[in-house]
Amino acid sequence: MRLEPLGDSAWLIRVADGFDPENSLGAVVGRLRQLEAASIPGVIDLVPSFTTIGVFVDQERAADFDALKARIEAALEPEPVPADSPARGELEIPVCYDREFGLDLDEVARHTELSTDEIIDRHSAAIYRVAAVGFTLGFPYLSGLPPELATPRRSSPRTEIPAGSVAIGGTQTGIYPRKSPGGWNIIGRTPLPLFEIQRDPPALLKIGDSVRLRPISREEFERISR
Amino acid sequence: MNIRVESAGFLSSVQDLGRPGFRQSGVPLGGALDSHALRVANALVGNGDEAAGLEVTFGTLRLSFADDRAIAWCGAPFSVRVGDQPIPAGRVAEVRAGRELTMIAPTSGGRAWLAISGGIDVPLVLGSRATDLRGNFGGLEGRALRDGDMIGLGKEARLPSRPPQSNGGLETAAPWGAPAGWAALGKGEPILRVVRGTDWDRFTAAAQRSLVSGRFTVTRDSDRMGVRLEGPELERCDHGDLLSEAVAPGTIQVPPNGKPIVLLNDCQTVGGYPKIAHVTTVDLPLAAQLFPGDTVRFGEVTLAEAQMLLREREQDFARFRVGLSLHRR
Repeated sequence: MRLEPLGDSAWLIRVADGFDPENSLGAVVGRLRQLEAASIPGVIDLVPSFTTIGVFVDQERAADFDALKARIEAALEPEPVPADSPARGELEIPVCYDREFGLDLDEVARHTELSTDEIIDRHSAAIYRVAAVGFTLGFPYLSGLPPELATPRRSSPRTEIPAGSVAIGGTQTGIYPRKSPGGWNIIGRTPLPLFEIQRDPPALLKIGDSVRLRPISREEFERISR
Repeated sequence: MNIRVESAGFLSSVQDLGRPGFRQSGVPLGGALDSHALRVANALVGNGDEAAGLEVTFGTLRLSFADDRAIAWCGAPFSVRVGDQPIPAGRVAEVRAGRELTMIAPTSGGRAWLAISGGIDVPLVLGSRATDLRGNFGGLEGRALRDGDMIGLGKEARLPSRPPQSNGGLETAAPWGAPAGWAALGKGEPILRVVRGTDWDRFTAAAQRSLVSGRFTVTRDSDRMGVRLEGPELERCDHGDLLSEAVAPGTIQVPPNGKPIVLLNDCQTVGGYPKIAHVTTVDLPLAAQLFPGDTVRFGEVTLAEAQMLLREREQDFARFRVGLSLHRR
């Protein structure tokens, strides 16, 4: 683990060198909990993502930048309690894989040489862990995609992807919480709002969360949406 | 409502110092692209740091006031008047009820920040009044101002350091004000001071040299998320895929096409492009004034120098605030 300056008002903690859904993610979540517990004055944002944590410093207190570094190091001094068990139980996200929503199911089937039913079965049987939230409002990067489902990003990104779209990008899967442009392959849609501005925190998912995607019918999708 | 927007200009929005604390949910920091300019303007009119003001970009903003307020502005060389009276940058001026304030942007483009005593009163969203123009929340209904908008103002928390009563009811700017370098930023080819980024060593020696010796031109697809640059191609010497990690306003990231992007306040929270350098906090105000066609250079400083510059600015700002309180009556 090492601290690197991220410009002159943030530190980047490199917790692990490579990502894996168990060890490195557990280590990042453990370090995140240590930093949250320390609630260091002057730290205004903690941004965990895959193997790192960005620690953002209040501009007016940035004068104590080096002192803050020492406090961050002190908070991380003890070995973290292993965070291999998620803070909350497995979260279930309903996903409708109907063709109307799964705009790129055929493309994924072509690339993976699997039938669309096989894709849906395997995609919804896996247990995922949130490796990062970001890129756009509340977007969860889910690690744990069965390797045979990996599909490269589209060569030309879509200008508008509907809110709730569940997609595969390379070896990861993710969910677009809001209408946005994007280049991942869309295979389904969730009726669950993953980002709500009135909620605190506004994102439904947090790094380290364990997630299962439950296939639902079009009728159930409509029922939940209402 | 205390203000009517007679003419909204090209892109004017309610901004404050942004909404820290929610980046874990993917919410950008947002807020005024030149937070220091907004802080200076707020201090001049007696507002706290947290007060919301207006960020004005291009065009002509015209506001009519329903009650007496103190105003101050900082930023690019706008032409600003209350009635017929020109109001220089970094000076506090009084706007009487019924009068109009006009802010005209330089034709080459520019941003300015307007503070009004009492601050812009819009609901707090995630702890901030800043408009997130991409997320469509915060500010006035999550959007830029439009002609005919009515804007509420807060109560004046403490008396602004108003200018002396003028003769004939004409508004005049106070004779005192903010240091010239804070109030107005001249055009020209700025040199942004940078510190090395976490991925500095992933770039070739030629790319490292080009960054600090080359001249870059701002391209058309620049916005509040980032300033996109054209110039010497910045080539990497390693070609592995990187995992997304935290980025910040000021981060200079380089996509595979070798053209650097200087991130600004509305940037995403994490990014997967290598970070060759970071613009120092004290020079973010210069980055906020970069518009398509402008040229820019970068100069390297050490982290210790960047922090010293920031520390000095914050000490000067604290003294400035104390000085202002002496003018309050």
